[in-house]
Order: sequence, then structure tokens, then C-alpha cells
Amino acid sequence: MKIDEVPQDTENSTYGDARKLVYAVDEHGDFVGVKSSGWVVEAEATQSALNLIEQQCDAAWQRARNGETAPLEYYMCYQRMDLALLSQVSGLFQWRIRRHFRPAIFKKLNHKLLRRYSEALGLGIDTLQQLPDHPLHGRQAHV
Amino acid sequence: MFKHQQSAHCESGVTSSLLNHSGLSLSEPMVFGLASALAFAYIPLVKIAGMPLIAYRMPPRSIIKGVQKQLGLKMCYQTFSNPEQGMDELDRQLDQGRIVGLQTSVFWLPYFPDAMRFHFNAHNLLVYGRDGDDYLVSDPVFEDVVRCDAASLKKARFAKGALAAKGMMYYPTQVPQSIDLASASVNAIKKNHRTMTGAPLPVIGLRGIRHMGKCIIKLSREPNKREKYLPHYLSHIVRMQEEIGTGGAGFRFIYASFLKETSKALNNELLAEAAEIMAEAGDEWRQFALVSSKMCKGRKDMNGEELAALLNNCANQEAKAWQLLKQYR
Repeated sequence: MKIDEVPQDTENSTYGDARKLVYAVDEHGDFVGVKSSGWVVEAEATQSALNLIEQQCDAAWQRARNGETAPLEYYMCYQRMDLALLSQVSGLFQWRIRRHFRPAIFKKLNHKLLRRYSEALGLGIDTLQQLPDHPLHGRQAHV
Repeated sequence: MFKHQQSAHCESGVTSSLLNHSGLSLSEPMVFGLASALAFAYIPLVKIAGMPLIAYRMPPRSIIKGVQKQLGLKMCYQTFSNPEQGMDELDRQLDQGRIVGLQTSVFWLPYFPDAMRFHFNAHNLLVYGRDGDDYLVSDPVFEDVVRCDAASLKKARFAKGALAAKGMMYYPTQVPQSIDLASASVNAIKKNHRTMTGAPLPVIGLRGIRHMGKCIIKLSREPNKREKYLPHYLSHIVRMQEEIGTGGAGFRFIYASFLKETSKALNNELLAEAAEIMAEAGDEWRQFALVSSKMCKGRKDMNGEELAALLNNCANQEAKAWQLLKQYR
């Protein structure tokens, strides 16, 4: 890749305002670090992974809305985790977490367990207990 | 005074910055190359968010450990079972004027762009000071220095899960002021040659690249995987190759840069030629990413055979480079 071939695709960039360093060849055949504001190929790949997470998030929200799962599952997706990761982070078995996804059981969860989820997900206990009016994504905060 | 330098990759960048700060001037590509960090691995048994582990470099921590071994540095590593203790120790070292490397999760760092926040626990950054509740951070993949509040930094350092950092912090205690590049580069390239061509498993090195091509063909022939799973799978490969701070083309450009810089320092024609071939291999990887992205987005018909052929081009090109590098002594 030559310096003038380094992509600078600002549209739909997933870097925010940041620029990333890539290595490219200058006119003498030497390599130099060049700042790139994005490459559409990479942005699409990242976006595809994010879309998948957002779909799961929306689906979990809908099921929580319908009373088929607890808000906990929605917040797990919101924090970009899956069951395997939440299990590792909280130190609870997957089957236990799955059980806590049942709304009736989640409602009766004791403070100690709620605190564990709150710490694992980095969200307040109050937040965990209620579903927002709409599914949120990324850094949109739950109040 | 500490000077921030932007890098392509976090671990090689942190290592390079730490060495520069200690008086040994070594660029990011030199660090990467001397650590023999170039690799390829396709490991379907280890899953990342349901996708096979695909790595273009040696596992986390091997860059800093590789350089340490190759150059004979002395390093201090510490992990903590108690987060408070980990933060206190960080403060203590900072108060003594030390620059400290940390392993962290990406997800909990507040300064990361939202689209880049994933649960990856082996990110590396440097802390060079404190200001009130904020830590002054030199994150090598960012253009400028950033700030991070204490609570977030603690969360990032002690995030649990795969590759958990356990608050790992490190700094050099003894750095040589010059290195014998001729012998270090011979050793490093020899070791890397073994990784790329001599692994006993068909999923590592050049064979691993071809193996991934075969997996793509297989998926493209399964009607229930072709439509939904395959595009996600290809996006995953592209992300591992480009997104995670590889300097482009899954570290191939960084490695080529290392070869070129060494060739100039030692006045060696063979290395210059190998650098050119490796850079061409990088271009082949970028081509693969471009075509697979087109196929995922439906701008081109999905064709597993074509993608596998592109991957074979990458492997062939890299094989040429390694054949040449085998003669480097």
C-alpha cells in the first residue's frame, strides 16, 4: 500500500473523530506511519458485528416487554455481552443466569445477587430492575 | 518528559514507548519484528462471540516478553487479586515518576469511540501521571494523550473473563542503551520463520491461511450457513485483520516495515527484497478484505472458491518472503 492509497473514508467511519495509524510505502520504498480516518471495508465489518448485537438487544427488549424474559437479559445485550461472558464476569453458572432471566424469579432476586449483576454489567441496581421505554444502544444512558 | 507516540498496535506501541522513554530508541515495527510476533492462527475450538479465534500475531503479552528476551531487558510485572491494592500500587509508581504499562479491557475505557467498544481484555496502554481524579493516559492507538477517571480505569484493569488482566501493570527496570541488531534480527527472523512454516498443526502459519480458505468454501456450500452465517464469519475475519490495530493487512505491513528498517540499518539487500514481497502479501490481504466485503454486502455474488483463491495468493506471497528470509544469517 502506497501513502496515497491509504483510505480516508470519513463517511460511516467507526473511529468517531479519531484517526488510526497504518503503515504505507513512501516514494523511496520506505515505510512510514500514516493516519487514516477510516476504511469503508473495515467500517462495514465493524458495523455488521454491531448490528448483530443491536438486533439481539432489540429482541431481548421485546421479549422483556412481553414478559417472556427479565430486563436483565436486555441489559446483558446492551452491555455487549453474551451468556458465556456474563457467566465468566459474574462468576455465576450459565444455568443460574438463565433461570434468573425468568421474570418471576428475577423479581424475587435478593440484594446480593442483584449487586453481583450490577457490578458485572456496570449498571445500577435500580436500572437493572426496570425496562426502558425503548431499547437503547451504545452509550445512550439509562436513567 | 514523557512523549506520546501514536502506534498501529497497542502492545508493540506501549513497548516501543517504554523503551524510548528509557533511552533505547526502537520503533514500533522494530519492536514487533524483534519479538517475532508475526503469525497466523485459525482456532475454531476457541470462540469469540461465537466465531472462531483468528489471529494474525502471537498471543497477547508475547510482544513485550519476546522483546525482553531478545534484547535482555529487565521488566517488572505485577498482578493483583485486590483491585484497591492494584490502584494503590499504580499511584505509588506514578508518584515516583515512573511510566507504567497496563493491561486493560477496551470496553470500560471512556475515551474509546462507541463503535470500537468490545469486551477484549488484552488492550495495553501507558499511564504517565495523575491529575485529581483523572489518570493521564497515553493510549498508543490514539493520536493524542487522553484522560481516564479512576473508577473507569479500575473497572478496565480488573474486568473479568477471557484473558483477564487482573490489574496487570509493568515497567522496565533495566534497559540496555544499545543492541546488537545483526544477531538479534537473525534470531528473531529465524524464530518467526519457524512459526509461519514449521508448525506441526495445519491451522497455524501459512497452512492455516490455506485452511481458512477451505473452511470458507465449505461454508459457502452449506445452504443454511451461506445466507446469514457466512457474511458474519467473513466480517469477523476482516475485523481481526483490520479493525483491531494491525497497521493494515493483519500486521503484514508492520512486519515489512521492520524488514525494511533492518535492511537499511545493516545495509542488507536480501531483507529489502523480502520487505517488498511481504508488503505485496499485505496488498493481497487487503484485496481479500475488499472482495469479501463486496460479497457480504451483495455487491458481488458470494463465491467461496474465489475467496479461497485470494487467500492462497496471500499464502503464496508470504511463502516467497519466508523462503528468502530462510537464507538470512
